[in-house]
Amino acid sequence: MSAHRLKNGGLLINRAKPVNFTFDGKSYQGFEGDTLASALLANGVTLMGRSFKYHRPRGCLSAGSEEPNAIVEMRSGARREPNTRATMAELYEGLEAKSQNRFPSLAFDVQSVNQLLSPFLTAGFYYKTFMWPASFWEPIYEKIIRRSAGLGSAAVEPDPDTYEHSHDHCDVLVVGGGPAGLAAALSAAKSGGRVILAEEQMAFGGMVSPSDKIDGKAADKWVAETLAKLAAMKNVTIMPRTTVFGYYDHNVMAALERVSDHVKEPEDGMPRQRLWTLRAKEVVLACGSHERAMTFDNNDKPGVMLNNAVRTFVEKFGVSPGKKIAIVTTNDDAYRTAEILLDAGVAVAVIADARTELSDAASRMKARGVTIDLGTVPRQANGGKRVKSLTLQTLDGEVTRTFGCDCVAMAGGYSPDVHLVSQTGVAPVWDDALKGFVPPAPIRAERSAGASKGSFDLAACLEEGHAAGLEAASAAGFDAKAGNAPSAEAIANGPIAAIWRCAGNGKAFVDFQNDVTAKDITLAEQEGFVSVEHAKRYTTLGMATDQGKTSNVTGIGILAEARGEPIPDVGTTRFRPPYSPVAIGAFAGHERGYEFQPVRRTAMHACGEKLGAVFVEAGQWLRPQYFPKPNEGVMEAIYRESKQVRETAGICDVSSLGKIEIFGDDAGEFLNRLYINGWKLLKPGKARYGLMLREDGFVFDDGTTSRLADDHFFMTTTTANAARVLSHMEHASQVLWPDLDVQFCSATEQWCGVAVAGPNARKILEKAFGKALDMSEEALPFMGVQTFEWNGTTARIFRISFSGELAYEVNVPWTYGEEMWNAIWDAGQDHGLIPYGTEALSVLRIEKGHVAGNELDGRTTAADMGLGRMMSSKKPFIGQKLAGREGMIAEDREQLVGLKLIEGADRLRGGAHLFEDADDANRENDLGWITSVCDSPQLGCWIGLGYLKGGVEAYAGKTLYAVNPLFGEAPAVEVVSPHFFDPKGERLNG
Amino acid sequence: MHRINCPWCGLRDEAEFQYSGDATVVRPEADASEEEFFRYAYIRENPKGWHTEWWHHTGGCRQWVKVVRNTLTHEIHATGGPQDDLPLPEGDKK
Repeated sequence: MSAHRLKNGGLLINRAKPVNFTFDGKSYQGFEGDTLASALLANGVTLMGRSFKYHRPRGCLSAGSEEPNAIVEMRSGARREPNTRATMAELYEGLEAKSQNRFPSLAFDVQSVNQLLSPFLTAGFYYKTFMWPASFWEPIYEKIIRRSAGLGSAAVEPDPDTYEHSHDHCDVLVVGGGPAGLAAALSAAKSGGRVILAEEQMAFGGMVSPSDKIDGKAADKWVAETLAKLAAMKNVTIMPRTTVFGYYDHNVMAALERVSDHVKEPEDGMPRQRLWTLRAKEVVLACGSHERAMTFDNNDKPGVMLNNAVRTFVEKFGVSPGKKIAIVTTNDDAYRTAEILLDAGVAVAVIADARTELSDAASRMKARGVTIDLGTVPRQANGGKRVKSLTLQTLDGEVTRTFGCDCVAMAGGYSPDVHLVSQTGVAPVWDDALKGFVPPAPIRAERSAGASKGSFDLAACLEEGHAAGLEAASAAGFDAKAGNAPSAEAIANGPIAAIWRCAGNGKAFVDFQNDVTAKDITLAEQEGFVSVEHAKRYTTLGMATDQGKTSNVTGIGILAEARGEPIPDVGTTRFRPPYSPVAIGAFAGHERGYEFQPVRRTAMHACGEKLGAVFVEAGQWLRPQYFPKPNEGVMEAIYRESKQVRETAGICDVSSLGKIEIFGDDAGEFLNRLYINGWKLLKPGKARYGLMLREDGFVFDDGTTSRLADDHFFMTTTTANAARVLSHMEHASQVLWPDLDVQFCSATEQWCGVAVAGPNARKILEKAFGKALDMSEEALPFMGVQTFEWNGTTARIFRISFSGELAYEVNVPWTYGEEMWNAIWDAGQDHGLIPYGTEALSVLRIEKGHVAGNELDGRTTAADMGLGRMMSSKKPFIGQKLAGREGMIAEDREQLVGLKLIEGADRLRGGAHLFEDADDANRENDLGWITSVCDSPQLGCWIGLGYLKGGVEAYAGKTLYAVNPLFGEAPAVEVVSPHFFDPKGERLNG
Repeated sequence: MHRINCPWCGLRDEAEFQYSGDATVVRPEADASEEEFFRYAYIRENPKGWHTEWWHHTGGCRQWVKVVRNTLTHEIHATGGPQDDLPLPEGDKK
């Protein structure tokens, strides 16, 4: 197929199944099991992207999750997804990928001119440059920054795929399916506890090599057998392609399962990804480690990559990233790679070892004829869009010699993956022998094992994993029997040299994805950003989508050198979730579009629909807003409805009001303490308007509450506050006064209700309910309540009025709602009955000066609303004391007034502020504001309610101006009593 | 995400609860002074460490649950009903 695919090897690929794909429009072929990165390398494609800031050509740095460079846009159209790591993208037939950060093409990129400007593009460039003048911020600077920032572009069409949210519980969660994780899962599972084993990759086994032996057999065979053993156990769940990205409180873990990322389109009914919430009693972190790059000039040339990436491509994918590979190292791991390369027939140009003594591993390679330069580090990589040679230097910076090569493997040592443990809230500690940060003593029910704990040797990984699994199972309460850990030959590794910056004057990259160079970090230090958290934010080191997996420790090493302090004194930045990027779609799950939140419909929804209702959202409820006739505009419809109700009658669905049934011998006393007015003397069969305050003395909610029996009340609340009032009452009865005999529960969805208002209301209801109830003035006076049997069920009728007309509210059990509506509707046909919506409801109550949600804004007192006299002085109630504070009773508080439009605009608008002089409208002169407005059929003009300093008394009959700068309006208004219409309430009797 | 042991329902997710404030403040008797009510309504300590709080089980049994929780580590030491007296862990102040 290509010169870079090796003849043999490739644990993960299926050579019998070629797979076609495209990259930047060009067709290539790989094998099943390849990643996009391995397949591109097999085809000799090294250039995979452009860097973020300087637009330098880049290839892949790694072979896994930590990849900072080879970030591509996958798929097209609505499924287009930016920022996919080519090293994580599994190949499928027809895969389409595009490189990012380049224009017009990857090979020729216009913005790579940034490299020439690079002396100016150092740390803090944007902070320093785009500052002045302020008038440039939005129109000019933001556009520049937006164009050059960001990685790739997301699809603009809605995502056609679905994302699921799933939950699971377990006794032991093992994060990572390498040797340590497998050993841990096995020993924990044998105890009988429920085990979840999550592995980020498609394949298990982590970094084991086919040449390793576990329990006397080839390591890959042991991995396969162990997996099969685990899969056969009912108490074990194996989750491949699942990244545990968040470690939250109380061992709640978040994981992303890439269900369908490895296929072109999800299968029918399958989600693209699944977001898991895993609740684990105990956790084993076997997350492995990340190899560090070495920091030398031009270390970002395509073809320069991590040492273990080279090994992975050869062993797992049968691909050699180069034909002649130079290796630079600070430790013995490079020699493992050299051995594997030699065995695969790939030439090793040189091994430059920063250490001055030949280790045992080095001696073995020397015996095989490999050139080894001791005490040597890289000076610079040479070449254009691909590395062509590597120049070496001594530790003192003296250039030695140059080797031709087409790939450089960097072995800068391993950093234990401490991301998740760091998320638990502990600071990883520096281990000077390992030259890396390791997990400290746990503060959660977790333990680390293997490489993520700093144990890189296979034998140690297996032993630690086994022990961690046992410990976790027994901590979770299971009888874990010791047994033997899987065994491997222990290999003694030589020391690791700490080399953070190899001498040079050019660009030596630390954070490849954010283009942070060694110079940027030393510059940050010089400019005073000496704290590791400040230096991180100033340089953006470790802030890209790879979260500093390959760069964090090196960056800290360079900062420590600049500060002249040891690394432990510099410390590390805190890692935060997510461990790797998670699509917004996965977090949203099904809760998008129509399913964003539940929709609540009343029992009479269909009746409203049939009559042509336009619905409005009231919280989650859909309520009829108005019922337009053909060719009727919204304002006309509202006007007609509110006029007609006062002339004949109207019916309105009021089911969404909060309803609470209250029982108990102390129910009256309980209400006495909740409401500002008295309830104990209310007789059964009567209703009363009640007003509640918060503990701070401000108005909380209002509604009508009826007494159905001595020990039975029925409360209504506003639609918006139904849940809050219930919680408030639960607090009062459970916490404040548990000694009261009172029980209550929400009945909002048990009773549905209609209001029937207007002069014909009684006639209509008499006809609808017939002999079922006596509606005479004596039997059902104003504020009277009756329970009656109708149609085989229990109904309640309340003679209460929000509109000021003769009016009733009728409640029946929810499922009878439609039947009731129809019965009343039919009865009303001879009496001019019309349906009316929330808008007309509002007009009617504004004409009466009744307050509603707009007036109950949390800043008003009962007195502000003109209801000060309702406050009983004969009993204590919630909010009583603080309602009496000086500022709460001041005479110049804004109080409820009525306002009539005189002239200057076509209408009134809520939100306008009131002034004596429209031309001098400022904060100091502000007299109040308008809360509700309507075009009143009864007054023949626009009217409104509002709050005005000193109230009607201070401004009665005066002209003020309702200033609304948003609309450029300041109409003249007259201040009047809020009781615009029928102030004596004569119409209540029909 | 916290997991809270509701005395009535057992171990449940934080999402079922509504955090409802400081459970150490006690409502004064009705005849107490305005100053006492002011302190009850407005004055809260903001302890770093153990704290006794209300978590209202709104998505469950709707009981007000008293929770001794560490505001620094989010560890939960004890839960109980409104009338339970839950001591803080030894050696720690409120």
